[in-house]
Amino acid sequence: MCGIAGLFIKETRLQPRLGELLASMTSTLCSRGPDSAGFALYTAEESGKTKLTLTSVDARADYDALGDMLSRSLGASVSLTSRYTHAVLSVPTSLAQSCRDWLLENARDIRILSEGLNLEIYKEVGYPDEVARSFNIGSIPGTHGIAHTRMATESAVTTTGAHPFSTGPDQCLVHNGSLSNHASLRRELRRDGIVVQTENDTEVAAGYLARELKRGRTLGEALKSSVDDLDGFFTFVVGTKNGFGVLRDPIACKPAVMAETDEYVAFASEYRSLTCLPGIKSARVFEPKPATPYFWEH
Amino acid sequence: MLQAFDSGTKTNEASFRVLNPNGAHAISVGINAPLDVEIAGHVGYYCGGMNKWASIIIDGNAGQGVGENMMSGLIHVKGDASQCAGATAHGGLLLIEGNASARCGISMKGADIVVKGGIGHLSGFMAQTGRLVSFGDAGEALGDSIYEGRIYVRGKVESLGADCIEKELTDEHRAELFALLKRAGEAHNVDVSEFRRYGSARKLYNFHIDNAGAY
Repeated sequence: MCGIAGLFIKETRLQPRLGELLASMTSTLCSRGPDSAGFALYTAEESGKTKLTLTSVDARADYDALGDMLSRSLGASVSLTSRYTHAVLSVPTSLAQSCRDWLLENARDIRILSEGLNLEIYKEVGYPDEVARSFNIGSIPGTHGIAHTRMATESAVTTTGAHPFSTGPDQCLVHNGSLSNHASLRRELRRDGIVVQTENDTEVAAGYLARELKRGRTLGEALKSSVDDLDGFFTFVVGTKNGFGVLRDPIACKPAVMAETDEYVAFASEYRSLTCLPGIKSARVFEPKPATPYFWEH
Repeated sequence: MLQAFDSGTKTNEASFRVLNPNGAHAISVGINAPLDVEIAGHVGYYCGGMNKWASIIIDGNAGQGVGENMMSGLIHVKGDASQCAGATAHGGLLLIEGNASARCGISMKGADIVVKGGIGHLSGFMAQTGRLVSFGDAGEALGDSIYEGRIYVRGKVESLGADCIEKELTDEHRAELFALLKRAGEAHNVDVSEFRRYGSARKLYNFHIDNAGAY
């Protein structure tokens, strides 16, 4: 089944509550997918700095040592904040690529889950409520975010196989459904220079959007063309630096419900996931139409 | 959340109010007694599923599969309904004040479904018998692979599904529609002649090689 949720805050007053609200929304979706959970949050930007969210496939605990080594090697100050099994590196934007290269060469156990000015991703195997608690998602403020609870169908239950997936700067995607042409599309994307790290079908969808954006398409155009090029069932919720989008397959196989007020736009697989939101009783509640991209931007 | 209430249940209570449903699933499922149930708020999946005898009023929106496999009685949704409303329902009336989403009345087997808004794509899919009425528009592939059952739509139909055709609206159908509108409380508010009737062309009942492309 999988459960997906997203919250796009319009009114700054609610921004301190982003993580708390998203964690509450996800809590109700636990029954839809107990295998793993993940959160992508668009947090405050540090001037001139890029954030890299890291996880370790060997369950590394000494992120501080990694940060020290990285600072010395790059000859620049790198700050690192660990949160449960992940760490967020904050590096001068000009050094982001060198930082990636260094990690690839010197820290083979490290996977970079996201890169961007605002985006941080936290995902882990385990019961979704536990995952949210372990990362203390409730304490994270921000402007918008998306979340996922996974019932694994297409690939192994691992940290890197959990959603959300990010394949471009400040870009991420969660998915409910399954894609049937992901193997051939993954080969095609790799030929086109898109890095696809896992066997997960959803990463292919994220990679597809990344490729289309790279080709100069807008996100709306990329979402629209994915209706033709991705075969299978899907409801996608995507995040960008300033925006938040939703797309369902032409059959609208997977459930989706949205609520909009003056303060926010929210998405969830089930209405009960939205009931924790302030003012939900007077919100405009609607179902997104099949094969129709919806998008909101700050 | 009031489930599986049987007429053998030892109580004299005949009416129930469900407060703060908060989108919970399977409310009032499997009722087999002539109860009045009022649900104050939005419900999740399968509300009123398998209903027999009861009158269930939902003062809000309904999630997927409202009234699925209803046998008799009434389910009245005052808001919108999600996908598969009235799926496989055998009898009773499912009345939806707002819009119904995709696959409304899928595989219906004798129920009446009246939607005062529009209905989504693939509504009436594989309907076997019963009546489906939409005051508004209908999405793509209306009545796809319909066996029997009558579909009445007042608004625009995006497209017709396999083996579904428009049929003549005769006096018999006007009378049938009027009776349904009366039960929906709209007898003289809506003109029956504004509706168009759709049903099965009956070409796919038995396999014939000439029709292979239509499946």
